[in-house]
Amino acid sequence: MPAFPPFPEAARQAVGDGVLRANLRHATHTIRDKRARAVAELADWDRLRAAGKAVKDHTLRHLDHYLVQLEEAVTAAGGTVHWAVDADEANRIVTALVLATGEREVVKVKSMATQEIGLNEALAAAGIAAYETDLAELIVQLGHDRPSHILVPAIHRNRAEIRDIFRTEMGRWGRPAPEGLGDDPRELAEAARLHLREKFLRAKVAVSGANFMVAETGTLVVFESEGNGRMCLTLPETLISVVGIEKVVPTFRDLEVFLQTLPRSSTAERMNPYTTLWTGTTEGDGPAAFHLVLLDNGRTDTLADATGRQALRCIRCSACLNVCPVYERAGGHAYGSVHPGPIGAILSPQLRGTASAIDASLPYASTLCGACYEVCPVAIDIPEVLVHLRERIAQGGPVTRNGVRVRIRPARGHTAERAAMRAARLLLDHPGALSTATRLLARARRLRPRRLPGPGRAWTDTRELPELPAESFRAWWTRERGTPR
Amino acid sequence: MRAALFVTCVNDALYPRTGVAVVRLLERLGVTVDFPAAQSCCGQPQYNTGHRYETEPLLRRTARAFAGHAHVVTPSGSCAAMLREHYPRIGRKAAEEGRGGELADLAAELAPRVYELTEFLVDVLGVTDVGAYFPHTVTYHPSCHGLRALGLGERPRRLLAAVRGLDLVELPGAEECCGFGGTFALKNPDVSAAMGTDKADRAAATGAEVLCGADNSCLAHLDGLLRRTGSPLRTLHLAEILAATEDEGPPR
Repeated sequence: MPAFPPFPEAARQAVGDGVLRANLRHATHTIRDKRARAVAELADWDRLRAAGKAVKDHTLRHLDHYLVQLEEAVTAAGGTVHWAVDADEANRIVTALVLATGEREVVKVKSMATQEIGLNEALAAAGIAAYETDLAELIVQLGHDRPSHILVPAIHRNRAEIRDIFRTEMGRWGRPAPEGLGDDPRELAEAARLHLREKFLRAKVAVSGANFMVAETGTLVVFESEGNGRMCLTLPETLISVVGIEKVVPTFRDLEVFLQTLPRSSTAERMNPYTTLWTGTTEGDGPAAFHLVLLDNGRTDTLADATGRQALRCIRCSACLNVCPVYERAGGHAYGSVHPGPIGAILSPQLRGTASAIDASLPYASTLCGACYEVCPVAIDIPEVLVHLRERIAQGGPVTRNGVRVRIRPARGHTAERAAMRAARLLLDHPGALSTATRLLARARRLRPRRLPGPGRAWTDTRELPELPAESFRAWWTRERGTPR
Repeated sequence: MRAALFVTCVNDALYPRTGVAVVRLLERLGVTVDFPAAQSCCGQPQYNTGHRYETEPLLRRTARAFAGHAHVVTPSGSCAAMLREHYPRIGRKAAEEGRGGELADLAAELAPRVYELTEFLVDVLGVTDVGAYFPHTVTYHPSCHGLRALGLGERPRRLLAAVRGLDLVELPGAEECCGFGGTFALKNPDVSAAMGTDKADRAAATGAEVLCGADNSCLAHLDGLLRRTGSPLRTLHLAEILAATEDEGPPR
């Protein structure tokens, strides 16, 4: 795992990149406007949102029960269930399963879980080539890049950049790009289609994630737009699905809510073009072997936190990314995680802990404007969790790590801030001292500097300081109305 | 009608004109204004930065300062949200951590009596035309906490639309955050300035003379950006526009 710089540092580079900012602005504004229209079509959106939240909360409260039920149903339907406590274990399980087939290539359905555990890299280390088949993931993979968005991993790239990647890279991985490829979206999609077709028809093993798993039937579900996922889920002989344990829902009927809220929130469509459901194995139809790898990787620890656990309701729609003004400027890479944007800012520091510089900076990567909470189809109060995690970083507190309740100390680098906050509080808690301070400040008003030293420089680098008034409000009141009561 | 003014620390120290405007406006509407001396900062900077324990003494102070006042009015959506939404949360957490139920009780007792200025005018006093006169082109930025945490909705715009002489122009992308975000402005200065610059540019492009808001901290950020670039666009708190009359103009 490379060490990512803290958010403010990574964001600074993105803010200075005009092309990136234009790409992001165009893409996020287009999809957020479309989403708003798609959601407005439903008169019962608020109730669907409440229902989605309720289904997820209920499931999370009884997660042990539903996971055991899921395992039984998948096994009864001819599948095999594996449990992975962390990324290493999940990677070991998948690698062993692929090697056992004798194959050295797999096709992949776009999946956040496999990104999270770094599966492609683990497979490569074992001599197995993993080919991404989602168009955007293909662009990212061919470009030796990292995804920067949950739904549109190549959101930071424009058409001309994609054409250049296809022209130079496709030939090294399989069928090359057609001669004289242009940057028309149709041409680009056709080039990808031809390149991928070769892989679909050859592949014997596929790896996927899932948007949902149904406990009562053992059914897994993938929502997608291109049909590439369905090719992977139906053509190969062996299917391996790596899924976070929070993706389970109790009954088939529960899907009704998410079939409406997920596509509208993510792609702004009434219904996504392809919804593939599979239950174990069926003789003569689809993969002959099905393996489900249930991934924990910090989820049980997250579940132990009463405020933070709501992040596990997330259905990865990415609506919060598309409305976030911070994401729009900073881009997805600044979040140093496969989960960028507001949801990433609360999910990564919980799944990975707050020990690293990037994870300790993520809860501060927000103005708490609340736009993310407003659009979330499962009503995750992201600002509430952000403040909760800031507290963990600034003043320490209880957390669960690997199932053990521990008390963590404040993160490094917050000592000066803590002292400043305490000093400010002492001053503010003594209005007499406060009015003396404002009087002194007013006397110094002619000295107003254009550049402040220390942390104040962050303000004066780009902004003027407010002009200091001759007297405070309190002083005005005393002069006009006598001593306040 | 009596109302206690919670002026907020930012207004007390940096924008006393806003406090004066609120007093003048409310008195014109027949309200007797009290200014409890024991008030201070609500603790939002500490709370939002993660220093919840530092917030607790300020919660206690604020709740005690306003005990017995039926209406607590503040010209800041963000501070109103702190008192109404976050104080009860801080109180509950303190109780959960076994530090007694006093903070929870204080917060629960205070929260329902807190009004942001436009809520107090429209909902409690039942007025939208406050008799103001302000012959300028104005555009309005609805700050996030007023917009989403308090749900102020159309109240500020309705009040502005009723001001004689005032030409209200729509701000494109009005509901997008200005990038201030309290300590966010210091912790993530580049993103903060980029957001603020986009907001300021859009406001300037409306051709308005005045960019108006109901939170001086957001306005301080936008004003600082506008003045650094030499823009003629001025920022002004909503209360100062509503307090302006033909005889007196806005408070100086």
